[in-house]
Amino acid sequence: MSICFSFFTSSIGRKIVVAVSGLLLFLFCLIHLSGNMLIFVGQEAFNDYAYMLHHLLHGALVWIARVGLLALIVAHVLATVSLVIENKTAREPYHFQKTVRATLSSKLMPLSGLMVLAFIIFHVLHFTVRLDALGTNDPSYKLGDGHFDAWQMVVDGFANHWVSVFYLVSVFLLGLHLKHGFASLFQTLGLSSNKTRKHFEVASVLLSLLIFVGFASIPILVGFVGIYR
Amino acid sequence: MMSSYKADSTVPHHQAPEGPLSDKWSKYKASAKLINPANKRKYKVIVVGSGLAGASASATLAELGYQVDCFCYQDSARRAHSIAAQGGINAAKNYQNDGDNVHRLFYDTIKGGDFRSREANVYRLAEISTQIIDQCVAQGVPFAREYGGLLANRSFGGAQVSRTFYAAGQTGQQLLIGAYQALSKEISKGGVTMHPRTEMLDIVKVDGHAKGIISRNLVTGEITRHAADTVILATGGYGNVFFLSTNAMGCNVTAALKAYKKGAYMANPCYTQIHPTCIPVSGDYQSKLTLMSESLRNDGRIWVPKKAEDCGKPAVEIAEEDRDYYLERKYPSFGNLCPRDIASRAAKEVCDEGRGVGASGLGVYLDFADSIARLGEDAIRARYGNLFQMYAKITGEDPYKSPMRIYPAVHYTMGGLWVDYNLMSNVPGLHVLGEANFSDHGANRLGASALMQGLADGYFVIPVTLGNYLADQKPGAVTTEHPEFAKAATENRERIEKILSIQGTRSVDSIHRELGLLMWDNCGMERTKEGLEEALAKIPEIRKSFWEDVRIPGHAGELNKELEKALRVADFIEFADVMCHDALNREESCGGHFRAEHQFTQADPEVQAGTTQEGEAKRRDDDFGYVAAWGYQGEGVQPSLNKEALVFEEVKPSIRSYQ
Amino acid sequence: MAETINVTLKVWKQESTEHKGQIETIKADNIPTSASFLEMLDIVNETLIAEGKDVIHFDHDCREGICGACSLNINGVAHGIEQAVTTCQLHMRSFSNGDTIWIEPFRAKAFPVLKDLMVDRSAMDRVIQAGGFVDIRTGSAVDANSLPIEKELADAAFAAAACIGCGACVAACKNASAMLFVSAKAAHLNNLPQGQAEKKKRVLGMVAQMDAEGFGNCSNQYECEAVCPKEISVDNIAKLNRDYLSSSIKEGVQTI
Repeated sequence: MSICFSFFTSSIGRKIVVAVSGLLLFLFCLIHLSGNMLIFVGQEAFNDYAYMLHHLLHGALVWIARVGLLALIVAHVLATVSLVIENKTAREPYHFQKTVRATLSSKLMPLSGLMVLAFIIFHVLHFTVRLDALGTNDPSYKLGDGHFDAWQMVVDGFANHWVSVFYLVSVFLLGLHLKHGFASLFQTLGLSSNKTRKHFEVASVLLSLLIFVGFASIPILVGFVGIYR
Repeated sequence: MMSSYKADSTVPHHQAPEGPLSDKWSKYKASAKLINPANKRKYKVIVVGSGLAGASASATLAELGYQVDCFCYQDSARRAHSIAAQGGINAAKNYQNDGDNVHRLFYDTIKGGDFRSREANVYRLAEISTQIIDQCVAQGVPFAREYGGLLANRSFGGAQVSRTFYAAGQTGQQLLIGAYQALSKEISKGGVTMHPRTEMLDIVKVDGHAKGIISRNLVTGEITRHAADTVILATGGYGNVFFLSTNAMGCNVTAALKAYKKGAYMANPCYTQIHPTCIPVSGDYQSKLTLMSESLRNDGRIWVPKKAEDCGKPAVEIAEEDRDYYLERKYPSFGNLCPRDIASRAAKEVCDEGRGVGASGLGVYLDFADSIARLGEDAIRARYGNLFQMYAKITGEDPYKSPMRIYPAVHYTMGGLWVDYNLMSNVPGLHVLGEANFSDHGANRLGASALMQGLADGYFVIPVTLGNYLADQKPGAVTTEHPEFAKAATENRERIEKILSIQGTRSVDSIHRELGLLMWDNCGMERTKEGLEEALAKIPEIRKSFWEDVRIPGHAGELNKELEKALRVADFIEFADVMCHDALNREESCGGHFRAEHQFTQADPEVQAGTTQEGEAKRRDDDFGYVAAWGYQGEGVQPSLNKEALVFEEVKPSIRSYQ
Repeated sequence: MAETINVTLKVWKQESTEHKGQIETIKADNIPTSASFLEMLDIVNETLIAEGKDVIHFDHDCREGICGACSLNINGVAHGIEQAVTTCQLHMRSFSNGDTIWIEPFRAKAFPVLKDLMVDRSAMDRVIQAGGFVDIRTGSAVDANSLPIEKELADAAFAAAACIGCGACVAACKNASAMLFVSAKAAHLNNLPQGQAEKKKRVLGMVAQMDAEGFGNCSNQYECEAVCPKEISVDNIAKLNRDYLSSSIKEGVQTI
């Protein structure tokens, strides 16, 4: 009991929570991205995929995933916020500020994280809850026999350029967040060394680029270029 | 010449047990008085200093159960100047199977000390040396190892065996961290109360025994009384009397001097070790000298221009025939590898002739051009890369392209408070460990022996010998309520107020520099009767200048670095006096004390026979085969001279020759 | 003959922990370029004394880069921009005539300012007291060579033990995290067989104390490694994270 408490309240323990939840959220991003790419395969493929997600395990999977993701996000955010608050109080700033090695992505972590959180909320309201105000709750998307025209909803969703811009900026920040976060998690989990740290950093750049380009391709091609208009 | 110094009525006795040398320590341990473990915790011990000796003593005494209070002026015990030792630590382990043993280490140390140390103490040191390595390894000190996983050794000056254990170029730091961690362990267990940023101002004697100290909290300025059953000083050496030395800026003689003024004898203060290869002074703002390993002399050639007018030119522009490779010229057989003291004095000589190089004119070239041409730059880089880098960092010059400049610097002080075999001074209850005492190095210390002595004293000697004193003491008999404490606290408070009230025109540093220069010129590498008499005449002037003209900003009840320095410098000035008396009295040359009047010349039969060389130190065993233990007689009064005859039962003093 | 420069110092002056501090502008003229940074401050202090003012207080001792006492943040960088040196090893030739030099103390909540540029780093001592040692009594050691240690491990332990405890890592970290210091001190002993018996206790104890002292949390920017005068590697941080995780699990399993 007491070790459990002290682990989850300690600096390193909370960082491990951030790293592990971050890693899982990153994996979710990859799965999410691969599903999203079906949008370019075609309407049927995309909608079938959506149908499958919603009906696996008699529809339980999607709820398990939702609850799991929510838990991960809550853990990731709570742990990070508590760490950041401590960090802010741990020092008063220098009058002359300079860094030697810190990367831009690392400096922007709290900011990019909060922006991504805001984005996730919007994204869920946009495509999961489908708020009337956001225009994604059109009755015509319901295709009967439980099928849903998710493909059309996405295409319509990005017809608004402001929305596309917001998505673009958000996935850029997500990429930036992951660029530091992915390499960082290996350090926090004690898996990196002088020999491997560089490799993790390169992998991190490539993967965050993949995530950014992948997710950005939808607002760009569907939204701005308008390939399905 | 008969000495004009008077002796006190009591002559100090060394207290070493009778019997064969190799049995003395076992015999002592077998008969030393013990204190029952339940009683140990009733005794309070004050340890001043947290270097190798102080930290190891504090930790070990706390393990035994004593209540220890440890004081250091640094912000952390880990910063004591033992940390700066580079080379290594000797131990007669014979891991190299090269024929080393306790007796050899003992003999090398006695010989290295130019037969001016006490046999019994040195033998004990050699005996304990092996335990130190075991202890340090068990603590996790990361000594250098071979590929087989066993400990590596290297050889060091003054020995023909490889017995030096090392941790790259920071053996001192690693050993001190070991001792500091042991100390930290005892602090966490409550056995030691640590007082960092606290300076000892005075010793308190009650009924003739050392029973406490007066300290000043360096952050708040608070003066505090501390009572104990015994006081241990492990406060290091007095090299900073020269202002410029390889010592840390804060190293001071205050504790030792206060003990001296309270009746403890100051022994052999004239013995100072001067290291020939330091980076020279670059200007009058310089605060400190940096040592570079002597190994550089293996491949470097030492020279100065033949003509003084060439000194301003860049070295590379001076033609080969205009260079004076003076060591090779004067000492054809040893050349650049002649002993430390000779190399140091020869450098001073050529600089005094006006042929020194560098901005200050106090420097000689150490030139690697020949070696680089012969072996290639890579070979030299492999051997000395880190030293060349350090040199380049400090001087901004590239030693691969132009020769290094070097000059001798004060490095270690062999003299210190007189102690007996128990490491207790002639003031009962006052124990002295490490560089602060005089005991083990005689007139000259061998490389890699300082760390050995500090740890031997702290880990293994004092834990045994302290019982001998404490067993006869009633624990807690003296408290800070005793009037002696109030008296000492008041005296020190008044002294501080007096210094602060002067508000003259001179900074503490300017006075310290003046004193340092006087001591360097007159009581440094080479001493003469005239020079020492001149110094003795000038020291009172410097003292006067200090007490009439020093200016200290700020006040007493705050963090005040200038005040700290002032208190230390005032003590250095008083110390310089006894140091010069000792040097003047010692009408011989031995180890770290060279009197120009006493050196071998061509006329000496030993030189003709080839036993020694011209210019080597000439000892006078019959007249000076003793420890000079000086007693304080009052300010400005000549100190008393008490002699502890050095009796050699095991070794026969001979000419110290490394030919 | 010696080359000199004139610089302007923007120095943090603070009377004591309780007082508020501020940046003061002090001229430093005719500074020889061969002087060390601390010698430059000595020269400035001599002038201040002559003018009847209080000196600039700063910590220093060995002045050869090993004691770890000196602790200045110079132009925003702990120990200055030169790599792998302490403040005392920095020389004025690294600066140009007319430069403005900002000098601030090593800032961290865990390092309260005592006066001007001097800070209280005793938090680091307390971290060591929380387990940064091998609990062995003097006299109980076995022969030193009875325990061969793989050279790589011994070298790794030594590389970590090279830490001089100056606190530059804390000062450089935007979070004032002490992870590089703590991890180096832990790695020194955790790498060695002598340190295995108490490894769990050491790791949990030192991290708990580090947290209690109010240091911030590591966010893997590696500013610490960049300013460390002894070039201590952030590998040690990875190792401490790993050891903390395994020690916590071990402790958890043992208490069940």
